[in-house]
Amino acid sequence: MGAPASDSPAPAILAEVKPVVIPRRVLVEHHRDFHWITEKICGIVEGKTPVWWWWCFGLAAIIASFTVSGLVYLVATGVGVWGHANPVNWAWDIVNFVFWIGIGHAGTLISAILCLLRQKWRTSINRAAEAMTIFAVVCAAIFPVFHVGRIWFAVMPGWLFPFPNSNAIWQNFRSPLEWDVFAVSTYGTVSVLFWYVGLIPDLGTMRDRFTAAGNLFKARIYGFFAMGWRGSNRQWSNYEMAYLILAGISTPLVLSVHTIVSFDFAVSLIPGWHTTIFPPYFVAGAIFSGFGMVMTLMLPLRAIYRLEDLITQYHIDCMCKITLATGTMVGYAYSMEFFIAWYGANPYEGFAFINRAFGHYAWAYWIMIGCNVITPQFFWFKSVRENTTLVWILSIFVNVGMWFERFVIIVTSLARDFLPSSWGYYSPSVVEIFTFFGTFGVFSFLFLLFIRFVPIMPMSEVKAVIPAADPHGSSKH
Amino acid sequence: MNKTYGLIAAFDTTPELYHACEKVRDAGYSQWDALTPFPIHGLDAAMGIRRSQVPRFSLVGGITGFLTGMSFIAWLGWVEYPLIVGGKPYFSPMFAFPVAYELTILFTAFATIGGMFFLNKLPMHYHPVMKAPQFVRALDDRFYIVIEGNDPKYNATATRDLLAKIGGKDIVELEN
Repeated sequence: MGAPASDSPAPAILAEVKPVVIPRRVLVEHHRDFHWITEKICGIVEGKTPVWWWWCFGLAAIIASFTVSGLVYLVATGVGVWGHANPVNWAWDIVNFVFWIGIGHAGTLISAILCLLRQKWRTSINRAAEAMTIFAVVCAAIFPVFHVGRIWFAVMPGWLFPFPNSNAIWQNFRSPLEWDVFAVSTYGTVSVLFWYVGLIPDLGTMRDRFTAAGNLFKARIYGFFAMGWRGSNRQWSNYEMAYLILAGISTPLVLSVHTIVSFDFAVSLIPGWHTTIFPPYFVAGAIFSGFGMVMTLMLPLRAIYRLEDLITQYHIDCMCKITLATGTMVGYAYSMEFFIAWYGANPYEGFAFINRAFGHYAWAYWIMIGCNVITPQFFWFKSVRENTTLVWILSIFVNVGMWFERFVIIVTSLARDFLPSSWGYYSPSVVEIFTFFGTFGVFSFLFLLFIRFVPIMPMSEVKAVIPAADPHGSSKH
Repeated sequence: MNKTYGLIAAFDTTPELYHACEKVRDAGYSQWDALTPFPIHGLDAAMGIRRSQVPRFSLVGGITGFLTGMSFIAWLGWVEYPLIVGGKPYFSPMFAFPVAYELTILFTAFATIGGMFFLNKLPMHYHPVMKAPQFVRALDDRFYIVIEGNDPKYNATATRDLLAKIGGKDIVELEN
């Protein structure tokens, strides 16, 4: 270690330590200015509806009709149209529910947790990810609501919501299933509120632009939802505080939602479910699957709307790295489950895990391992992260893998429970398959409406992270 | 009512607005505001705005939510229909906690947003500054300072001079 070359010897303790300034990667490429951002984002909503949008919208509507028909048939006939039979009485309905609710978690992670951690790269993907959350919660909610069969019973005799039944008996509040009702409905509500609060300034921008362009009809509609926002700093002061608090409460919320979802299993006594690792493992898995979906959605959007300056390679790198981190955590949880099954020396628990990996559902288990543990490992490599097509394909694998994770957990444990005489093999019915397939249509339908009518990026937040937004000149940071 | 709402001056860059705000604050004005397309870091101090009061609403909302969850489940177990399930007590804060926790968050969210709307006096679909022709750029790429006519220090010529001196452009009088 060479001492600095100077006449006097260097002091043992420096009077002032200057930290090394590591240059930060820019969040908006090509030195775009405020107006360019406004034009770019508003231009997507103001421009003519592209032809591809109509094709996708039509296709999404057709696929969504599968869910609608499946649900109508279910309500008209009964829950027997699904393939549930002893001993597997929980199957695709709850698999799909957990799958969709997990996807939503990445949106809240981006909007809330990354906000608290001051990760400024969140700004350009935040709005779309939160929209994804809301639509994923909509898709998730379909399954618990419809699994009661006569859906009107979900409210009035209180099969889901807290109202007493005809014998005046209330729900069992000791049950995680009842906690789940509160967790998911709170999550849906708070996600919508948080999303809407983030939208207010941008809706104000849209209102003013439509007013200036003379389109009073649209100006009225956007203006109604903009609540008369005028960007005054006295408003911003309260707004920023409210946004911070919402981020602060959404963080424990998102962690609690998947924790409570995992309680649905962990509080039971079924081997393979009754484990204390479930809450953190489910939360990591949820964020993993959600980032998979964020990339599945954002990469095509980036290519179609030429958003490369706003969703830069840096953003993709960050998303890939979070996917890698959470995917590896999930892989750790899988191996730890096996370890504890062996270390716990409970024969039922041990059997449940051996059966998962080598039993008659082994195909599902190895799809899960392949997609969730091996796929994200490719993100170690820079060349993979820079290949957008490959990242997109890998993100699809993540989505598939996380669906299989829930399937493996739920179905394998039930199909081989304590009594060999009651063992069975579950296969979904056509109605179930169509209903689940259709939820992708429902999701895409809502997401396409979102990108057509709502600014897909929070303009005010993106503007705030470019160097020109720094009141002390950009050189100081 | 006064016919003039106040004066509006435009600024092109964030640092210009920031330093102009410091000067308006130091000149002793109280009824004035800055219009910006995005929240500017540190502008509250430059304008002399106190810390936001929104957290008070949030705290009240959170406490209400928690007590609602706990007391609802306690009422069910003790009063409405005492029922022994699995040999457990009628009520315990342990099993009531998840529901109370979620309601804490739910009520905090509503209180926070309600508080923000109340403090910002939203919805307010009409405001004199919205009539200004340059307002379209207030939520796009330009920055404005508005000094209101009902400020005790307001004087049509002196205030206009101040705004011009601190670098304000396109100074216009706003009508009510």
